[in-house]
Amino acid sequence: MIKFAIAALLLTASAAAYAEEKPVALKDAPGRDAVEGNCGACHSLDYIRTNSVFMSRQVWTAEVNKMIGPFGAPIAPEDANKIIDYLAKNYGK
Amino acid sequence: MIGRRRLLQGAGSTLAMGTGLLPQLAAAQGAPLTSGLPSGEYDTAALDALPGKKPLIKLSYRPPNYETPVGYFKEVFTPNDAFFVRYHLAGIPDQIDAQAWKLRIGGEAASGILELTLAELQSGFPQVEVAAVCQCSGNRRGLSDPHVPGVQWGLGAMGNAIWKGARLKDVLAKVGLKPEAIELVLNGTDGPVIDKTPDFIKSIPVWKALDENTIIAHSMNGAPLPLLNGAPMRLIVPGWTATYWMKHLVSIDAVAKPFDGFWMKSAYRIPTGKFPVIDRFLTQETPANTPITEMVVNSIITAPAPGQRHKAGQAVKVRGIAWDGGYGISRVEVSSDGGKLWRDAALGKDSGRFSFRPWSFRFTPAKAGRYTVLARASNRAGQTQAETLIFNPAGYHNNVPRPLTVAVS
Repeated sequence: MIKFAIAALLLTASAAAYAEEKPVALKDAPGRDAVEGNCGACHSLDYIRTNSVFMSRQVWTAEVNKMIGPFGAPIAPEDANKIIDYLAKNYGK
Repeated sequence: MIGRRRLLQGAGSTLAMGTGLLPQLAAAQGAPLTSGLPSGEYDTAALDALPGKKPLIKLSYRPPNYETPVGYFKEVFTPNDAFFVRYHLAGIPDQIDAQAWKLRIGGEAASGILELTLAELQSGFPQVEVAAVCQCSGNRRGLSDPHVPGVQWGLGAMGNAIWKGARLKDVLAKVGLKPEAIELVLNGTDGPVIDKTPDFIKSIPVWKALDENTIIAHSMNGAPLPLLNGAPMRLIVPGWTATYWMKHLVSIDAVAKPFDGFWMKSAYRIPTGKFPVIDRFLTQETPANTPITEMVVNSIITAPAPGQRHKAGQAVKVRGIAWDGGYGISRVEVSSDGGKLWRDAALGKDSGRFSFRPWSFRFTPAKAGRYTVLARASNRAGQTQAETLIFNPAGYHNNVPRPLTVAVS
């Protein structure tokens, strides 16, 4: 029932939603806002959770730089550092 | 004409709700995951149904990446509504107008230009059918050891279908290729959320484009292509991994120089010479790495189900499927003792060299215990599944046999 209600609410909030994209919770820690606001603009946040826990800080840094470089994500440098720090501490090995 | 999804709006609403409300909803709910995946996948992946689809294993919502639960591979042909879904970028069409669809074929190395409607594709060219496995290059990436970044696919980023459409070579003959044509560049309507992200564009060598099995398909298992599998037309490149099977196809351009887009030059590459593959995409090859091409020979056990109980003295029926890059499966062997002794399985109906090939095997355990069952396939090119993982940074081509523990009491 709860699942249903949330789905309905999401559909109302976003008529364009393809599937019933449910919220993907990330760990509550400093930098989460920067991750949700930047990374979440282009992809759902389950990418982060399923890609854990096995990436070192170096590998997470490379991933973030790939998004900023080849993928052209408009992430401010101060946000990039916050994002890398958050991912390395909360979803890194 | 084409509704293209720009999901920034959707992202905003999701983000607003994702800041602590009911986080348990995102936890895995009954998704049948195999062992050996990253730990984070087990509390994130969930069974979830996309429009027109049965519940599949959701790895990511946006773009949608959903894999087929292994139970569906008990059938040789994968049902359309259970067929896996894979997109790179979240700008995907949420509807298509098949009647208004136009596929443009041209380019600098073509003699002319042609625009084809769906009706013209269906009526203007001989219609052919091919049974072929569509497998994501990254299938089994999640089982890489060590793990590597990317969509953490388990066993189900693949499916087998009967594809129907027109041969690409017939369409190209109508346009005419110049002698200098070396690659065909493929684009579909799916694209990035922001303009700076490279659009998903791929190329194939001319020789593969002219292969009689390479078709522009409009139909899958006797029905129009599902939206999420490339409606109204997609390229079918039998034997090669699905990265070349462009969905929602809108343009094919013949070029005289190697296409240098991100998705060719920087993605979907394997270390040169590391894998026993025969088909090579030489205009894209460098000494260090080369585009992934054909699928490696592989198999999966579909029965008995994990956890099923068996009794000593009674036959255990082992079933599965095998496939490869289009040479054809010649042999499947099964071991019931963890790989010491191998015996031949019986091959089932042959639906063509690009199709899943069913096989079956039975053994009768004399006493109680735990039996480790393995299957390994070989093909007509003399290749057999690898004994140990050939590690590569993108986690491609994992065809190491997967052990199944059979408990006998």
